[in-house]
Amino acid sequence: MAVPQREPITVTRYTASARVNHWITAISLVLLALSGLSLFHPSLFFLTGLFGGGESTRAIHPWIGVVLFFSFCGLFFRFFRANLWDHTDNIWLSKVRDVLGGHEENLPEVGKYNAGQKLVFWLMSILIVVLIATGLVIWDQYFSAYTTLDQKRLGVLFHSIAAVTIICVWIVHVYAAIWVRGSIRGMTQGSVTGGWAWRHHRKWLRELVSGGPKE
Amino acid sequence: MADLSPQDLIRRSASSVTPPANKLPEVAKMIDVSKCIGCKACQVACLEWNDRREAVGVNTGSYQNPHDLTANSFTLMRFTEWVNPETQNLEWLIRKDGCMHCADPGCLKACPSPGAIVQYSNGIVDFVHENCIGCGYCIKGCPFNIPRISQVDQKAYKCTLCSDRVAVGQGPACAKACPTRAITFGTKEQMLKDAALRIEDLKSRGYKNAGVYDPPGVGGTHVIYVLHHADRPELYSNLPRDPKISPVVEIWKGVTKYAGLAAIAIFGAVGVLHHIVAGANRVSPQDEENAKRLKEGRS
Repeated sequence: MAVPQREPITVTRYTASARVNHWITAISLVLLALSGLSLFHPSLFFLTGLFGGGESTRAIHPWIGVVLFFSFCGLFFRFFRANLWDHTDNIWLSKVRDVLGGHEENLPEVGKYNAGQKLVFWLMSILIVVLIATGLVIWDQYFSAYTTLDQKRLGVLFHSIAAVTIICVWIVHVYAAIWVRGSIRGMTQGSVTGGWAWRHHRKWLRELVSGGPKE
Repeated sequence: MADLSPQDLIRRSASSVTPPANKLPEVAKMIDVSKCIGCKACQVACLEWNDRREAVGVNTGSYQNPHDLTANSFTLMRFTEWVNPETQNLEWLIRKDGCMHCADPGCLKACPSPGAIVQYSNGIVDFVHENCIGCGYCIKGCPFNIPRISQVDQKAYKCTLCSDRVAVGQGPACAKACPTRAITFGTKEQMLKDAALRIEDLKSRGYKNAGVYDPPGVGGTHVIYVLHHADRPELYSNLPRDPKISPVVEIWKGVTKYAGLAAIAIFGAVGVLHHIVAGANRVSPQDEENAKRLKEGRS
């Protein structure tokens, strides 16, 4: 049995700049979801009240999108290397029952990110590109002259489908952070406990300890 | 403008209304293209009545001015020069373009702002500017490409069928100004009867394909045309042959809207359920101890 009086060791997971970058993106995403949903379904139109009414919601939403796009670009270049797909990710994914049951002893040792986190990363990346591209197509105030009406119709359809999808991916992301206790402090304080790293990202912990490749 | 009574509403964007028990008689504006001389009195009357002004334009070799509908010009004479291959005659086809006041309005279906677009029981589709948020969804919903967003106030504008005049028993300003009575206004029933007489006359004069344009794909319209070549409406500056609300808009405003919210709700619910069933995934003291051993063993 462990010796409980000793303080757990901690390891750094995110630098201050990565955390600031993440939270700018996170706040933007939440504001975009709220303002976007308010124009998506009439039952949610009341959410425009958070942004000062329908007109200002319409005006602000695309600008928040621009902030999110550039902010996410920062995250992308910080994290994409650690999110490159690995053959052990397929094994991890094939044992989805053990993943959902929390039986990590049956899973291969995981580096900085597991396959689920990698999927969230790449889905977010792809969807954000779709959202900014289709968003520009339907940003009539500045760009209405550059596309045809049929392109705008497709733009608004794909924008809404991509938006619904990214909200679902976001729910998975947030839920996983809550379910796997000890994760959120990595993005708030920047560090996680050694035990957390041992349990969920043992390969990453081994690399840190041996002073091997870090990311 | 909303000058008709709120009790006369049969549709209201992004909200529901109780349809009135007593409906107003359906009205229609009939535009007889065969009688139009292209004088643009209707355009002027429209600008005057609605108190709008158009900037001085540029001539590009056509009488058409401005070149397209604008947030100020709710109506526009579109000029087409067409050589009829049967007669070798040059025909000057002039169509007064503007809102058709569809019975099934795509603009209203697409509008996300409650009460920004309304439809009265007499068939008039009107924009209520105090509720308009300027998103431009109405433009995407419209099968005729009619609404325009003002660069001044970022709100959508189009023909109101002079709802403010109709509310007090007057006809639209364009109809009042038309010197040849190419534009007339009355009940839809009466307009269809008048159109039938005109078509009979045109047929007797050799326009064997003369007919009325009241497209069923949008449930009929409350602006109808009499065309000499009703079999080829696209001759008239691409008047659509069979206008419908775009299937893309139907999918966006139909299944996507409901399936989208359902998907979000399901993802949320599955998360809650999983947490109830599986419980939190916690780090054990053993994990902390193992981490410590790993670190001490190496350092």
